[in-house]
Amino acid sequence: MNDLANYNFAYLDEQTKRMIRRAILKAIAIPGYQVPFASREMPMPYGWGTGGVQVTASILGPSDVLKVIDQGADDTTNAVSIRAFFQKVANVAVTTRTADATIIQTRHRIPEEKLGEGQTLVYQVPIPEPLRFLEPRETETRKMHALEEYGLMHVKLYEDIARNGHIATTYAYPVKVEGRYVMDPSPTPKFDNPKMHMSEALQLFGAGREKRIYAVPPYTEVVSLDFEDHPFEVQKFDRPCALCGAENVYLDEVVLDDKGGRMFVCSDTDHCEDRRAHGHAGAMLAPAAKESQEAAE
Amino acid sequence: MYVAVKGGEAAIANAHRLLADRRRGDRSLPSITIEQVVEQLGLAVDRVMAEASLYDRALAALAVRQARGDMIEAIFILRAYRTTLPRFGYSEPVDTARMKVERRVSATYKDLPGGQLLGPTFDYTHRLLDPSLIGEDAVDEPALKEPGEHVMRVSDILDGEGLIEGDGQMPEGHVMGDLTREPMEFPMARDLRLQALARGDEGFLLALAYSTQRGYGRTHPFVGEVRIGEVEVELELPELGFAVSLGTVRVTECQMVNQFKGSAKQPPQFTRGYGLVFGQSERKAMSMSLVDRSLRTDEFDEDIVAPAQDQEFVISHADNVQATGFVEHLKLPHYVDFQAELDLVRRMRREYEPAQPGGKNVMKEAAE
Repeated sequence: MNDLANYNFAYLDEQTKRMIRRAILKAIAIPGYQVPFASREMPMPYGWGTGGVQVTASILGPSDVLKVIDQGADDTTNAVSIRAFFQKVANVAVTTRTADATIIQTRHRIPEEKLGEGQTLVYQVPIPEPLRFLEPRETETRKMHALEEYGLMHVKLYEDIARNGHIATTYAYPVKVEGRYVMDPSPTPKFDNPKMHMSEALQLFGAGREKRIYAVPPYTEVVSLDFEDHPFEVQKFDRPCALCGAENVYLDEVVLDDKGGRMFVCSDTDHCEDRRAHGHAGAMLAPAAKESQEAAE
Repeated sequence: MYVAVKGGEAAIANAHRLLADRRRGDRSLPSITIEQVVEQLGLAVDRVMAEASLYDRALAALAVRQARGDMIEAIFILRAYRTTLPRFGYSEPVDTARMKVERRVSATYKDLPGGQLLGPTFDYTHRLLDPSLIGEDAVDEPALKEPGEHVMRVSDILDGEGLIEGDGQMPEGHVMGDLTREPMEFPMARDLRLQALARGDEGFLLALAYSTQRGYGRTHPFVGEVRIGEVEVELELPELGFAVSLGTVRVTECQMVNQFKGSAKQPPQFTRGYGLVFGQSERKAMSMSLVDRSLRTDEFDEDIVAPAQDQEFVISHADNVQATGFVEHLKLPHYVDFQAELDLVRRMRREYEPAQPGGKNVMKEAAE
C-alpha cells in the first residue's frame, strides 16, 4: 500500500468502531431488536458479509483468534477471502478449529461443536427483517415489532400447514427471543436453531446493506415459532456422514457422478476433520483413501 | 471418488492474476494512462465521481482503469476509498446562480437573460460512426464565449411573478442529513432523498423518470433549465468566522418546472423538481429532478399510485453498489440452504405421489 491509502487496525476508523460498538451494546441490551447503525461502505460487496465484517472489525482485538466459515466450511472462497482480509488489515491470529477461536464469523451455519463462554459468533445477515417477505415496508414492520404484532407470521406458518401438512420453512426459520422480539436467525438451516437457545456464547448479527445489528446475549431464550399440534422439528438425515460417520449433524449432498451417485458429508468441515483425526471413519472414507493411494502409485 | 474442495486461497490468487492479465490485455499495445482516461473518457470519469460521491478525477480515472471500464465496479472501488476519508467539515451550499456556465438551455423560454448556450453537447449530432476517429484525429480549436458572466436562474424569473414555489426551507432546527454517516430511516426528508438520488444509479433513475412520463405518476414537467459549469465550493472556518473558497467543481444542475393545480393549502402554481450531479450528466440530472418531484407526494397531498412516487421503494433500490452486491451474492455458495430445500421438496414429493394413484389418469377422469 502506498501513501494513497493507509488503513487503521481492522480497517475501520476508531470513530466508526465506537459507533458500531454502541449499536452492539444496545442490541445486547434489547435481545432480538434490530438496531439501525450507520453501516459503512466496505471494500467487499454488499451481500457478501459486510455487516458481519463490520461487527467483527469492531470487536476484534490483537489477541483474538478468528475463525471464518461459510456454509460451515473454512475453505469456501468467501470465507477464505474474509479471513485473508482480517489477516491483512489486523494481522490477527486465525484458526479453523472451533474450540480455539474467540470470534467466529459465519454465514449460513452454526458450528456443530458447542460454543462456550468467551466465544462470540458473528452472523452475516442478508435480510434482517423476519417479516420482510410478509410486509415489504420498513415503516410497517418496525411498527409491527413495536406493537408485538406477530399475527401475520403465525398466519403464514398456519397456511404452510394447511397447504402442505407441515411448515415449509427450512432455513431462516423465525425465532422468538426472550419472549419478546421475533428475529431472523439469518439463513441458517432450521437444524441449527436449537443451538441458539441458551447458548453460552454471545451471538451478534450484522446486516451491512440493510444497516442493522442485533444480538442474542449468552443464556438467552431462543424459541422457534410453532404450534402445539405442529411442534417445531429439525431436519433429520437418514444416514451418517460418509467421511466421519457422525450422526445428528448437518450434511451436504455431494454429487459423485452423472449416474445419480451421491454422498452425504458433514457441512462443518472442522468438526468432520476433528472426528476423523480421532479415528472415526465413515462408509466412504476407506475406499476414498485407498483410491488416492492407488492414484499416487 | 470424492475430492474435498480445498485450496480456495490458491484459486483466488490465480483468478486475480488472470484478471490482472485480462485488464492489461495485449502487452504489445501501450497501456492507457490515467491522464488519457481523464481527458478522453471524461464522461465515464464524471459518472464514477457522481455515483461514488467523491470529486477527484485522477482517482476516478484510476478506478475506471482498474475496473476495466466497468462503471459500477469503478464506483464501488472509489466509494470504498471515500468511506475511509476523515470528514473535516460540510461546505456551504453551492450557489449555482454564480456558476460559470459552459452550457445552459431552457425549454420554457425562447430567449432569456444570459441566453441559450449549447456548450459541449451530443444534442443535434448525427449518430453516424465517424471513421476519422480511428487513429489520430485532428480537432479544430473550439469557439468559446467569454466566460465569467453570471446567468440568472429560470426559477428566479418565474419567482418574480410568484407563479412558482420558492427554494424552500428545511424546518427550523433541521440538521442536514448524511446517509453515508447515519442509518437510513423512512419517511425520509427531502435533503436525504436528494443525496440518495445524487448517488443513485443513472440507469435506475432514468427508467423511473421515464415511467413518470408514460403515466406512472405523471408530473407534467418542463425543463426550466439545465446548466453545466464550474461552481465554487466554500467552507466556513470557525477560526476565521467566514467562508473561504476551497476551489471549484464542475456540476450539472436541472430545474424541472412542474404543473400543480393547487390544494386547500396552496394556490395553483408551478412546482419544482431538482437535480444536481457532479460532472457533466444531463441524463442523470434530469432523471433526478423528475424523480425528486414525483417523490414529493406528501407536500402536495398527492396519492401514491406509481413506483416513482414511493420513496421507500425508490430510495431503497437506487444504490447500484448495494444492488449489484446483493444480486451478485447469489453466486456465493448456498448449498446448506439448498440442501434444506431439497430435503423439503423430496419429502413433499413422497407425500404427493402415493396420493395420486395412476397419476394423470385420475386427474383426467376427475376432469371429465
